[in-house]
Amino acid sequence: MNAFQQFFYDISADHPRWNFIFFYDPVQTDRVLTGLWTTIELSVTCVILSVIIGLIGAWLQGAQSRLVRAIVQGYIQFFRNTPPLIQLLFFYFALGQFTPTYSPDGWLEIPIISNVGWAIISLSFFAASFNVEIFRAGIEAVPDSTKEASESLGMSRLQTFIYVVFPLAFRVSLPALNNNLVNLVKTTTQALAIAVPELLYQMVSIYNDYSTAQNACMVVLFIVYIVLVGVLVMGMNTWERTAKIPGYGQ
Amino acid sequence: MNSENWTPDQPIVSIRDLHKAFGDLEVLKGVSLDVMKGEVICIIGPSGSGKSTLIRCINALNPINSGSILVEGQEVHDPSLDKLELRKKVGMVFQQYNLFPHKTALQNVMMAPLKVLKRPKDEVENHARQLMARVNLEGKEDSYPGELSGGQQQRVAIARSLAMNPKVMLFDEVTAALDPETVKEVLLAIKDLAQSGMTCILVTHEMGFAREIADHIYFTDRGVIVEHGPPATFFTEAKDPRTQEFLSQIL
Repeated sequence: MNAFQQFFYDISADHPRWNFIFFYDPVQTDRVLTGLWTTIELSVTCVILSVIIGLIGAWLQGAQSRLVRAIVQGYIQFFRNTPPLIQLLFFYFALGQFTPTYSPDGWLEIPIISNVGWAIISLSFFAASFNVEIFRAGIEAVPDSTKEASESLGMSRLQTFIYVVFPLAFRVSLPALNNNLVNLVKTTTQALAIAVPELLYQMVSIYNDYSTAQNACMVVLFIVYIVLVGVLVMGMNTWERTAKIPGYGQ
Repeated sequence: MNSENWTPDQPIVSIRDLHKAFGDLEVLKGVSLDVMKGEVICIIGPSGSGKSTLIRCINALNPINSGSILVEGQEVHDPSLDKLELRKKVGMVFQQYNLFPHKTALQNVMMAPLKVLKRPKDEVENHARQLMARVNLEGKEDSYPGELSGGQQQRVAIARSLAMNPKVMLFDEVTAALDPETVKEVLLAIKDLAQSGMTCILVTHEMGFAREIADHIYFTDRGVIVEHGPPATFFTEAKDPRTQEFLSQIL
């Protein structure tokens, strides 16, 4: 046992309610680290996917076809108006039954979409439904006259979107996007319900095994999420600052 | 007439019996006018008389209901017409400048030649710097529109249109949103352009300026051209009572 481990071992000996077991028991350390890594993976993947789906949705909302617009609207209403926890359960338990399986050894039947896969799909679509609206608001904030100026210079609608509308809309969207992505990172904890081995799942498992570790687990959970979300917010704020246009919107 | 047999001695812009309505509101009720190459035309008239709509139709920014608009013999509102070809020929400057706020002045000027004409960057940048100098904005190349005054922004907008080497320039009340002190610098830039032989169609409220640079003045009211003539006679010998009343209010 090194000094660090010894320190927390001594604390647990003196104060039985503060058993930071994962700081001195390598097996528990390993569980926490796997959980942390899964949480980071889940968060990063969902953030990226939800932004991509959000952009596609916002773009489809401007489509000529009424049917396409109605589908996007239906998608938004469904995902925005139902709790993400129910969505997770629905995806995993209801849709999960219908996914094809494969068998690596002739005995096991493993579904091609794992619980982690379903969590990524479900949470990405959940956050993206808000992102669609956020991006749409940004696109609508670009004045028609600016688009007209672009078209009067011979730019096509697509060029106008890529070079004029999108860069402006994205800047407008950043603060609201920032908020939604923070919510998304926190919502990944609900993947616990379908046994995704993320941080909360691991922590709950640990204090189910060692009830003296409960307080310690809670404290570490809070600290980890404060840091994780802090890093995300700092990144987004830096991005907002660098994207700021001199003399514009002040 | 089509673009193949258009010759420079024919009007570069020719409008015949143009009708345009927004819903039930008829804005243009049969407007006809011709502009020869190198001519400077000013369109004046009370607000709501359809001046801006008229020049927006020339650039196909507004669809029309009936009539025809030919630019170099090409029907502007022919659905098969490539709008890009039209917009290469016709440049437009707007009342509110409408610069791209996220691009520097120079990038604003360079964007269309780079993206639309796909010209090499060096060539485009050289041309853009010349244009910035031409509108007296050397040193402002790297400023963002938000850092420039209204008059400076409007001159960038003029340079941005010129970067496409248009044959006709449309100016839609380009000084209406400016401070009185900066109006002059924009008018000077337009005057320089007009004197260089560019065909210009201006909608304006600057009567002194119209009188100075226009070859021909059109007065519109309630969707029709009431009266037109060269400035020398237009301002002094207006015959129609509506023109007389308008001129008496503003001169």
